[in-house]
Amino acid sequence: MSWPLWEVFVRPRRGLNHQHVGSLHAADAEQALRNARDLYTRREEGVSIWVVPATAISASSPEERDAFFAPAADKIYRHPTFYEVPEGAEHI
Amino acid sequence: MTTVDELLALGDDALIAAQRLAEWTTRAPELEEDVALANIALDLLGQARMLLSYAADLERAGLEGAGRDEDALAYLRGEREFRNAQLTELPRGDFADALVRMLFFAAYQRELYAELAAGPDERLAAIAGKASKEVAYHVDHAIMWTLRLGDGTDESHRRAQAAVDRLWPYTFELFEDRPHLREAWLAAVEPVLAEATLDRPEDGRFRPTGGRKGVHTEHMGYLLAEMQSLHRAHPGASW
Amino acid sequence: MYGNDIPEQPGHARLLDEVAAAERDLTGRGLGGDGTEGGADDYFGAVIAADGKIEPRDEMPEAYRKSLIRQIAQHAHSEIIGMQPEGNWISRAPSLKRKAILLAKVQDEAGHGLYLYAAAETLGVDRADLYEMLLDGRQKYSSIFNYPTLTWADVGAIGWLVDGAAIVNQVPLCRCSYGPYARAMIRVCKEESFHQRQGYEILHVLANGSPEQKAMAQDAIDRWWYPSLAMFGPPDTDSTHSAQSMAWKIKRFSNDELRQKFVDMTVQQAEVLGLSLPDPDLRLGEDGHWAYTQPDYDELFTVIKGDGPCNRQRIEHRRAAWEDGAWVREAATAYAKKREGATV
Repeated sequence: MSWPLWEVFVRPRRGLNHQHVGSLHAADAEQALRNARDLYTRREEGVSIWVVPATAISASSPEERDAFFAPAADKIYRHPTFYEVPEGAEHI
Repeated sequence: MTTVDELLALGDDALIAAQRLAEWTTRAPELEEDVALANIALDLLGQARMLLSYAADLERAGLEGAGRDEDALAYLRGEREFRNAQLTELPRGDFADALVRMLFFAAYQRELYAELAAGPDERLAAIAGKASKEVAYHVDHAIMWTLRLGDGTDESHRRAQAAVDRLWPYTFELFEDRPHLREAWLAAVEPVLAEATLDRPEDGRFRPTGGRKGVHTEHMGYLLAEMQSLHRAHPGASW
Repeated sequence: MYGNDIPEQPGHARLLDEVAAAERDLTGRGLGGDGTEGGADDYFGAVIAADGKIEPRDEMPEAYRKSLIRQIAQHAHSEIIGMQPEGNWISRAPSLKRKAILLAKVQDEAGHGLYLYAAAETLGVDRADLYEMLLDGRQKYSSIFNYPTLTWADVGAIGWLVDGAAIVNQVPLCRCSYGPYARAMIRVCKEESFHQRQGYEILHVLANGSPEQKAMAQDAIDRWWYPSLAMFGPPDTDSTHSAQSMAWKIKRFSNDELRQKFVDMTVQQAEVLGLSLPDPDLRLGEDGHWAYTQPDYDELFTVIKGDGPCNRQRIEHRRAAWEDGAWVREAATAYAKKREGATV
């Protein structure tokens, strides 16, 4: 018998998003948080932790790859480098 | 002012507790817990080193010539010179023993370090201030497990209650030098036992004592024999 | 932090640079692009060809998945079993500083085992099943951990030689084609950078200590050298898994290439220590590589088959820990269930 799987997200420092760092096993959320602290922040890697039951994550499927992500590829106007800035304009 | 003996009592408590807890490495019920217990043992070992170094410096100040250092104190004193409370030296036991002992000991350390951190001895206050944050986590970890073992399965309840009953008499010694701390300690421990559906033992007449004077249980000699054997086999060597 | 009072090990910084480069490449891939724009029919093949990363839910050949599970699990088991030989000296470490370092190191190995089990679990296996396969012998761990640690110097020799060989093996895995494994390896390699140094430092101190200490260090190197060479596996001519693993970019160098790299690094490090490697035929060749005596592969196979000095002891220890902990794991599960019921 083993404990369920939890995914761990750590905020490396203030100002940054939580990032997925790995997973662990724990019987409940309280224990998962503590295990995450001991396992993933032994070297001061974080200032905040989220734990999520692995079964609670809904993921996009690789089969939907093209439908989900390909349409974004030609919308280059969403990126600032698409635009020409007239010479001489600063701070833009 | 703080005395060498007082510092030895503090440092030896942390050292012997660390030595026992480190025995769990490779033996914990899950890998996550192996990592957690090692973290706590490392905290205690760090406390022991700071406290024993302070004791050594203080001792040296009253001596002519070279004195001892943290290793001389840890490795070259005999059993009768160790000042730790007997609670810390009791054998490893099962996981319930380990975590109930952690609850009792860390809750004591929390009250103790809070007082020392506000005390007049600046060096000791600094050590206690740092250690306070560590033991707060130890208490948290011990509470987490006491609740799960006490209110888990029939078997875990039985084992947790047995550990509480076995270890309770050894808690009196912790407060011999500072009786006023026991009230705060009880206020922390009793609700945890209650929530864990564990009975708080009666305060009986069996109250083992002597650690602060160098009188230990029969287990202590073996602990030291193991801990000190290599160091003592090579007198004067550096490592 | 953990001792800067020893000479820098030749070759050490370069390996760490390789880990950092692998990490940069991983994070610096930029927007989108996995090398397969336009929906190739053979998505897996295209990603591998483009040096991209396969991620957990991607389609992948069953053999690739199985091969990865086998390798990652074996790697995780090695970390966990590897805690025992060094853990054997925590209680007797000869100074409080050494005790703290060793405890932290053995703890890291538990952590590394966990990262690796987590990577294996992304392939759809459960950690408890992997434990079971370790305990009943269906999965292996590195045979090096079936040798006993007889003296304190063995802790140094394991750090220097065994961790040194492990790092040489692991650094290329930071570029392995399976994303979770590559990321786990980057984390492991970065954390392990102190492991090898602490071992080297232990031996350096012993080598410059009393005659007994120096003899202890030499004896440990004499016993650990050939088993360390054997860690790279059988010679390329006999290796069963290598070719396919290389094609899948799980493995990037052959056993013999890695072994040679390790020997080349280690010879000079031994000179700095003033200790000798137990191979009278070590010769620097004209190609810049050291010629060396091969380890006894018959012995390696004996140990792999379960008849090394400590195979039984290591597995029994692990089994006892797992079985003794059953009531604790059950308690936590029961408690969680009660709480769930209470809050509904």
